[in-house]
Amino acid sequence: MTPVLEALEVSYRIGGKTLIQGVSFAVTEGETVALVGPNGAGKSTLLRALSGEIGCTEGAVRLKGRAPRAYGSRALALHRAVLSQSTTVTFPFSVREIVQMGSGEYRGVAVNDMVDRALAEVDLEGFQDRVIGTLSGGEQQRAHFARVLVQLACGEAAQGPGVLLLDEPTASLDLRHQIDIVASAHRRAAKGAAVIAVLHDLNLATLFAKRIIVLDRSRIAGDGPPAQTITNEIVDKVFGVVEAVSQTPSAGTPFVLPHAARKTER
Amino acid sequence: MPAGVPSGLAWWRSRTAAVIVVGALLLLLATVAVIATAIGAAGIPVRRLPAALGLLAGDADAATLARDQLVLWSIRLPRIALAAMIGGLLAASGTVMQGLFRNPLADPALFGVSSGGALAAAATIVIGDRILHAEGGTNMPFEVLPLAAFVGSLSATLILYRIATRENRTSIATFLLGGLAIAAVANAGIGLLVFMADDRQLRDVTFWMLGSIGGATWSKVTIIAPFAAAMLLAIPFMAHGLDRLVLGEAEAFHMGVEVERLKRYSIVLVSAMTGAAVSFAGVIGFVGIIVPHLLRLLIGPAHRLLLPTSVCLGAILLLVADTFARTLAAPAEVPIGILTALVGAPFFLVVLMRQRSLVGL
Repeated sequence: MTPVLEALEVSYRIGGKTLIQGVSFAVTEGETVALVGPNGAGKSTLLRALSGEIGCTEGAVRLKGRAPRAYGSRALALHRAVLSQSTTVTFPFSVREIVQMGSGEYRGVAVNDMVDRALAEVDLEGFQDRVIGTLSGGEQQRAHFARVLVQLACGEAAQGPGVLLLDEPTASLDLRHQIDIVASAHRRAAKGAAVIAVLHDLNLATLFAKRIIVLDRSRIAGDGPPAQTITNEIVDKVFGVVEAVSQTPSAGTPFVLPHAARKTER
Repeated sequence: MPAGVPSGLAWWRSRTAAVIVVGALLLLLATVAVIATAIGAAGIPVRRLPAALGLLAGDADAATLARDQLVLWSIRLPRIALAAMIGGLLAASGTVMQGLFRNPLADPALFGVSSGGALAAAATIVIGDRILHAEGGTNMPFEVLPLAAFVGSLSATLILYRIATRENRTSIATFLLGGLAIAAVANAGIGLLVFMADDRQLRDVTFWMLGSIGGATWSKVTIIAPFAAAMLLAIPFMAHGLDRLVLGEAEAFHMGVEVERLKRYSIVLVSAMTGAAVSFAGVIGFVGIIVPHLLRLLIGPAHRLLLPTSVCLGAILLLVADTFARTLAAPAEVPIGILTALVGAPFFLVVLMRQRSLVGL
């Protein structure tokens, strides 16, 4: 299958500091990929480079065969949707108005339905007429996730399966809504979208992704299915904790139990 | 809340509410304009207005009618038209600036855009006057001053843009602080010119510093009208981008907005609107803060409606302020900038206290 999103030896340097170094991978339609790694490993920078927000110092990103920045932002928005880590809204927009922003310049009944469905999907049906600034952090994050879902849906209606880039989509969510977001992402992937998410919680990463890319000090330290990437060896090397990983009895999915871990002697 | 019944917020953000609010504002503008026409140093009672306007035959004698018509057509109507247009331009320019900086405190008068215009005008009055007098005592053509003010506003904005833009990105924090610095330099320059000025020049400079709609003529109105019309036509095309910019530059880009282009257009538009206003009326502050803030409370922050209603309410507000300016101490005039600052500065403080978190206090 041809990849929808490729990183070709991508490096990004700013002010003499290297944030990403020689990162290469390709993602195909319907794939779910988790980017994990310690703080400062370059996960968010990599996501920004993939989204076209920043250019690469060396190497190239290819979104459906072209550099993201060659599309122009309006066309680019139809091929990929991005959820940023935190978004503050300084003016009193309602939740509904924020979610509707995802539709770009489309309006009308179809968009209203799309907004209704997205609000229901993130469990914010009763909140649509609240001013977004009055919601809790987790609720605001869900509203922005709904906005991104609307953008993806509008783009896919015009251009076919798209790319969904999520930067810590579950950071301030409770357990149930974390699972809900993972389920939403899976539904998009089942319809052909490629979903790439930066995740901190390794257990959530194994639940969410068929494939995990481990970043460590600006480079890829592991790339493969959870059973091959969330191992005692890699977790020891990258995160500096030993004996944290076990396997679920039936499916053999790795899970990380912080209680079992010791810090690596260094 | 039962299904089907929109909540308060939903109603205020509905299309029905938009139509009602726009209609009410236009009605209010017409009412205020009629009242402003009737009162003044030489009053024209409302019952004599239709005759003076030439709409109906009146019962007044010919001398009264002639006097009414003179006051109305050569003094009052051009002044009302000018006040309304300048109010609209100032409010629209404040709204665009606040959207651009994602900050409800932004105002062209506070960031050196107006001060730049006033400095250029003051320099033209004091220095230009000396050169002209040295060459034989002709008076300066009246178009020179507005042109200088316009060039001054535009230069201030362009310098500001150069300071704040690095590697093709505009930093909001640098823009705000740079604006304060430019305002300080411009005000120092004006102070120096005041020090150099003679009594007559001083009166002219004071006019630019404090603002006034006085001296309105039809020729001024016809110069500013195409400006105002062009700006008003440009505004609706920016509403979509300004809404999304509220979420941040990166998010706006992700949602498909050409962010750098939007910022460039906004900056040129803000300086052109402010420059046009300053060039005819001097520095009038706070209209650009009060108007969009009140409207956001009423109809929400979506720029598609906020921008045109800002123009309406700005026109109403400045028309009311100008009517007070020319009637409070008639036949003398209170500078309108003093009135807007007296009302606007406390308002600014209230907004500041309510939104401390936005400015990091």
